Amino acid sequence: MVNGSFATLKMMFTIAHLTFHEALRKRVLLAAIVLGALFIIIFGVGIYFINDAIIKQELRLSPSAIRTQSNRLAYNFLAMAGLYTVNFLLVMMATLLPVDTLSGEISSGSIQSLVVKPVRRSQIVLGKWLGFAFIMLIYATCMIGGIVGLVAIMTSYDLPNIHIALPIMLLETLLLLTLSIAGGTRFTTLTNGVFVFGMFGLAFIGGWVEQVGGLLGNQAAQNIGVITSLIMPSEALWRLAAHYMQPNGIGSLNITPFSSTIVPSPNMLLWAIGYTLITLLLAIRHFSQRDL
Amino acid sequence: MFVIETQHLQKQFGNKLAVADLTLTVKEGEVFGFLGPNGAGKSTSIKMLLGLVKPSTGNCWVLGWPPGNVQARCKIGFLPEHFRFHDWLTGREFLHFHGRLYGMSGQALKQRIETLLARVALLEAGNRKLQQYSKGMLQRIGLAMALLNHPHIVFLDEPTSGLDPLGRLLVRDIITDIRSEGTTVFLNSHLLSEIEVTCNRVVFLKRGNVVREVNLKDNEIHIDELELKLGQVDNSILQGLAQFGSNAHRDGDLIRMNIQNEACLPQLARWLIGQGCEIYRLAAHHPSLEQLFVETMTEENQLTIDG
Repeated sequence: MVNGSFATLKMMFTIAHLTFHEALRKRVLLAAIVLGALFIIIFGVGIYFINDAIIKQELRLSPSAIRTQSNRLAYNFLAMAGLYTVNFLLVMMATLLPVDTLSGEISSGSIQSLVVKPVRRSQIVLGKWLGFAFIMLIYATCMIGGIVGLVAIMTSYDLPNIHIALPIMLLETLLLLTLSIAGGTRFTTLTNGVFVFGMFGLAFIGGWVEQVGGLLGNQAAQNIGVITSLIMPSEALWRLAAHYMQPNGIGSLNITPFSSTIVPSPNMLLWAIGYTLITLLLAIRHFSQRDL
Repeated sequence: MFVIETQHLQKQFGNKLAVADLTLTVKEGEVFGFLGPNGAGKSTSIKMLLGLVKPSTGNCWVLGWPPGNVQARCKIGFLPEHFRFHDWLTGREFLHFHGRLYGMSGQALKQRIETLLARVALLEAGNRKLQQYSKGMLQRIGLAMALLNHPHIVFLDEPTSGLDPLGRLLVRDIITDIRSEGTTVFLNSHLLSEIEVTCNRVVFLKRGNVVREVNLKDNEIHIDELELKLGQVDNSILQGLAQFGSNAHRDGDLIRMNIQNEACLPQLARWLIGQGCEIYRLAAHHPSLEQLFVETMTEENQLTIDG
């Protein structure tokens, strides 16, 4: 039994290693790291000049107590703008990185030489998932950490509740990654890309309808948002993470991409975890049963 | 012992019947040829045997296990028809990865990789990426992959389609070698001349049905025609030859007749000598596999048209 479990893990890690190796060899990781670093640098330079301008202006206009509060709001807005962009980058990366991994290998036939080996199809799916999850979790942590760290170092402002928001954003990344892998067991690469981005778009617009509905007190619009969040919880996860990272009450004052007039229920976290697990199980089931 | 056994195997994709009723057996240690025209269902049949495609109905066993069984797969090698591999790997990395999937590791795996690279004449190209390989080189590295685990049975789907004559000779030698080691070879190829020199037995597949089986490496080889040049021949000799075959007739100074196989030739020669005949020539003409193939497939077509 122990040997069997060990062998299963060994096979999964062999596939995961190949997946990581592929991302490295095809320079996907390199491109992501270079562009990510460029993004962080530009954000850092922007923060430096904006911070400089804020300090000079506030010193002239406001007494120190108001200045501190006003500065915090400005720094929070800057950090949230950076994280909002990072969130989009993560959505794209989590969708595109694995979009071809199963559908491409199925259509080219290269999957055949893998599947006839003494490896279960579930191990192939889980191994690929592990490989991409490893890449994406490190990448997401570095990008989010880069933004939060830069703001903290350059302005001495600590974004609140980052220890809660970071895992939520990582969960959103894993959810999209899992959906992209699952789509690859059913669709061609192009269809899979359209499918996952379409699902993200559905959640995105549903989230906005919910926020506007909340502002206007329209229950029907809010319900549309809830339903789309159940169909695809990615936007709800971002809004929940954004809610935690903003000072109390600030997030619900107006509509921005990271404000929440309606804060998603924490139960959405449980739904998103269940959603990810069920999607992964469906991917394994379909890949195990389909003809190759 | 049969290493492959199928009973009424059928595969339907939607409304399309890919394999109608495949019943065959493959004995341990034989080189088995699987022939048929395009669309006959050969690749689908192989995929069913390997567990890549699930049969709609029917049963099959490979090494005593149902297809796709993990224990069976430890003892199976496979070179796919469309040899698309992870071409960003080098030849050595590719073999190392597939060796790991067989549970191989360490020095034993390294040694096996070097042995196989040498066997398929890719020792010097082992550190080059597969994307730099020619079609023939890819086919040879695929063959090395199929042999990594010292398989009990190896499925080769069109193993020489991308090879030049020297490459084909190399593959033929490898098949002879692994057969001498007791490995069963299931060979699907369009190159009938290759099949003819390497296989013990072939079956012809038409619309997913086995329509003919031919033994190539024993005394039961089907012979189309026997050509005899004898001294004095009278009608009693011609009538007497009927006990060995059919349609014995004169053709100039020759006698031609149809016989079933080579087994009767020694007896026929002894009978002729016993009858006082002088034998100048006794030549059995084997039909080529190509002739048999065309004949079999044409018969099938004729049947279809007649039906």
